[in-house]
Amino acid sequence: MSSTGQTVKSILTSPVHPEVNYLNATKGFASWFFTLDHKRIGIMYMCSILTAFFLGGVFAMLIRTELFTPGQLMFTSDQYNRVFTLHGAIMVFLVLIPGIPAALGNFVLPLMLGAKDVAFPRLNLLSYHLYVIGLVMALLVLGLGGIDTGWTFYTPYSIQTQTPVVLITSAAFILGFSSIFTGLNFIVTIHKMRPPSMTWFKMPLLLWALYSTALIQIVATPVLGITLLLLIVERVMHIGIFNPALGGDPVLFQHFFWFYSHPAVYIMILPAMGVISELVSTFSRKHIFGYRFIAYSSIAIAIFSFIVWGHHMFTSGQSNLMNMVFSALTFSVSIPSAVKMFNWLTTMYKGSINLATPMIYTLSFMFIFAIAGLTGLPLATLATDIHLHDTYFVVAHFHYTMMGSTLFAFVAGIHYWWPKMTGRMYNQKVARFAAWLVSIGFNVTFFSQFPLGSLGMPRRYHLYEAMPDWQIYHQISTIGAYMQMIGFLLAAYALISSLSKGKLAPRNPWGGATLEWETSTPPITFNFEDTPDAGDPYDVESWQWSDEEGGYVKVRPSVVDEDHAE
Amino acid sequence: MSHHDHPSHVHHHFENEVQQFDSDKMGMWLFLVTEIMIFAGLFCAYIIYRTHNPEIFHYGHQFLDKQLGALNTLILLTSSLTMAWGVRAAQLSQKKTLLTMLALTMLCAFGFLIIKYFEYSAKIHHGTLYGDRYVWQTDEHGGEHGASGDEAHSMAEAVADAQAVSEDAMAAEAAGGTSTMNASMAVPSSQFALAPEGPSGFDLNAPEEQKEAAAHSFPQPAKAHLFFSIYFIMTGLHGIHVVIGIICIFTIFVFSARGAYNSTYYTPVDLVGLYWHLVDLIWIYLFPLLYLVD
Repeated sequence: MSSTGQTVKSILTSPVHPEVNYLNATKGFASWFFTLDHKRIGIMYMCSILTAFFLGGVFAMLIRTELFTPGQLMFTSDQYNRVFTLHGAIMVFLVLIPGIPAALGNFVLPLMLGAKDVAFPRLNLLSYHLYVIGLVMALLVLGLGGIDTGWTFYTPYSIQTQTPVVLITSAAFILGFSSIFTGLNFIVTIHKMRPPSMTWFKMPLLLWALYSTALIQIVATPVLGITLLLLIVERVMHIGIFNPALGGDPVLFQHFFWFYSHPAVYIMILPAMGVISELVSTFSRKHIFGYRFIAYSSIAIAIFSFIVWGHHMFTSGQSNLMNMVFSALTFSVSIPSAVKMFNWLTTMYKGSINLATPMIYTLSFMFIFAIAGLTGLPLATLATDIHLHDTYFVVAHFHYTMMGSTLFAFVAGIHYWWPKMTGRMYNQKVARFAAWLVSIGFNVTFFSQFPLGSLGMPRRYHLYEAMPDWQIYHQISTIGAYMQMIGFLLAAYALISSLSKGKLAPRNPWGGATLEWETSTPPITFNFEDTPDAGDPYDVESWQWSDEEGGYVKVRPSVVDEDHAE
Repeated sequence: MSHHDHPSHVHHHFENEVQQFDSDKMGMWLFLVTEIMIFAGLFCAYIIYRTHNPEIFHYGHQFLDKQLGALNTLILLTSSLTMAWGVRAAQLSQKKTLLTMLALTMLCAFGFLIIKYFEYSAKIHHGTLYGDRYVWQTDEHGGEHGASGDEAHSMAEAVADAQAVSEDAMAAEAAGGTSTMNASMAVPSSQFALAPEGPSGFDLNAPEEQKEAAAHSFPQPAKAHLFFSIYFIMTGLHGIHVVIGIICIFTIFVFSARGAYNSTYYTPVDLVGLYWHLVDLIWIYLFPLLYLVD
């Protein structure tokens, strides 16, 4: 943020704060709920997803509170089963999978591309409506007393239980189509809606990530669809395909389920990696390092994601050969993930790091994702996995990936694009404090679960009276959970209060060089006055700080730097 | 925002109709990928069960009517031809031909469903249904035949068996189907032996008893009901797709009657055509996999 003394002149002529923008262009409930504007759909998605996140968070706090004592505190075993199932199902299907693509992706993808909208705005709206239907059905399940199968709906228990499995799996089926339509829309948009100047390798890395994600959504999600459909038919009509009592094969369900649900982990993490790629360059005031490697590694991860599902079934009676093959393939995923990690770190090297709120989440992401990746290795190793399978070690590992990585990137992205979305700046001090609280709280919560898991605490248990040594780890974990809760509430306060009290946001508060910062704040309904000219998306030096504007202004066209092209 | 030179069917966010057409077409192909993946799950289940339990497929497929299946294949292939012809007619602005072809395609689709209805009702009648609704009474004598290696299974015996069986079946139905099924599952698959000359399948012209007898020419393997589970879920899901296809074709039929399509704009006809070809293609795989097991 160095001021050069001379006044910095913007080359962009469009007004920064036009009178009519996408937020105030039309008014009323219907103008939002039936809008075809990708930005409004993105905002509605964000609100709905954060509502679901709140709900899932409440269940998380109930779980952690129950586990504070080794005996029964609030719940019977039966109730506890329902609480953790709802926590898992809500967080996975309603928060993490749609999170970044549907909320942030919908808002920024056409802007970053320089397009007026996604290719199929109606399909986009349908996707949101399907999400709302899924959310309502999940609430209905909640009203009916919840389900107790675990979020994986494993047969044969999911065939026998008296809880409303058909309703929750129908909800997941519908949410699956919501996800497919978002992915389909993004692929076509990226292929067909790019302005002539936007070539594949001028695309911001978030778009590469969303593209890879969309590939997985298109190919893997239908398999979940048919799996859940078979489960529903199994329950309603007793066809016997997954039911051992009728000669069926329950492990087949696990294969089908993980054929989707492992790639689904990458539906969660890939867009998160895309967000981090944007933020790390912007807040280091430096060109991203290894653009092509990051871009290709997203595609590589998408491909690898399809051939590792068997590692969820090392203890399910899979053959030794299969176990070894899946173990080896699982290790290979660490290569493209590490490629990204090294490129982000190298981007920061000798950068001028701005510790704004989004960057704090970004740094936490990198710290947490490193631990998440490394603790995956003992789980991919057959010998150690036998011991660690279904323990808190696994719980800690996947919370480091799904929450500490995906959700932190989601929250980082919300903080990053919030000024563009709402036209308001939030209170940096409060938001930054919240970010630290959440980051530290997260590590307190989940790091303690690694030793707990290696000592043998199984997941999905709520009584551990026989093992008093475990209590201290649970207590540390619960305290961390409360820290996170306070942190998230504080972050929510900072963001929400900015809507009424926040300063007017400048065109570009952080100095990102991607196209969404070139339009007005908030953007106009058709995104750009004129189709923008795409240059290098990481030429951050084409934007310079201006005290007058209170933000960055574009001082020259972004050019493709020879050092970075190839 | 250059809206002024847009034809009415081009949405505002597209630069021109070529971009819109390309986008629509790519979107449809991606949607077809998801359709293929949905059926891929079922084909995968088919492969796994057929690999682990080949005998239930050899046994079960005899209950399917090859000739009706072949007829349906022919009907769907014809409908694909008329659909493609319809797309061509739309491209050439031949409204009359387009309407005729769409009508013929719908006719074929209905024909397919009607034949499917007869096939399904025959299964309901015989009790060769999915999962625990499978109440086809196995021939216990048949089991003994197989086990004792008695290969000379004369037609007369078979007819006698069939009569005995139909009485058993009625008794079993009175007693509740599930227990029958469980009893039949107790026959280990190792006792299963192929009929000497291979199962003959159904002869449409043969009297009813003879058809049943043919099905009895070798014993029922355990888990035979799983064949019908797979049969019903695969053909059922395909049937739902046929119904959706009819709705789509009817919709574009109405629009083309109003003259909505011509050589400059025929995207919906093209896309419905693509969808219909996929529905046809899936049946082309289903027919040999389910009806022509031997």
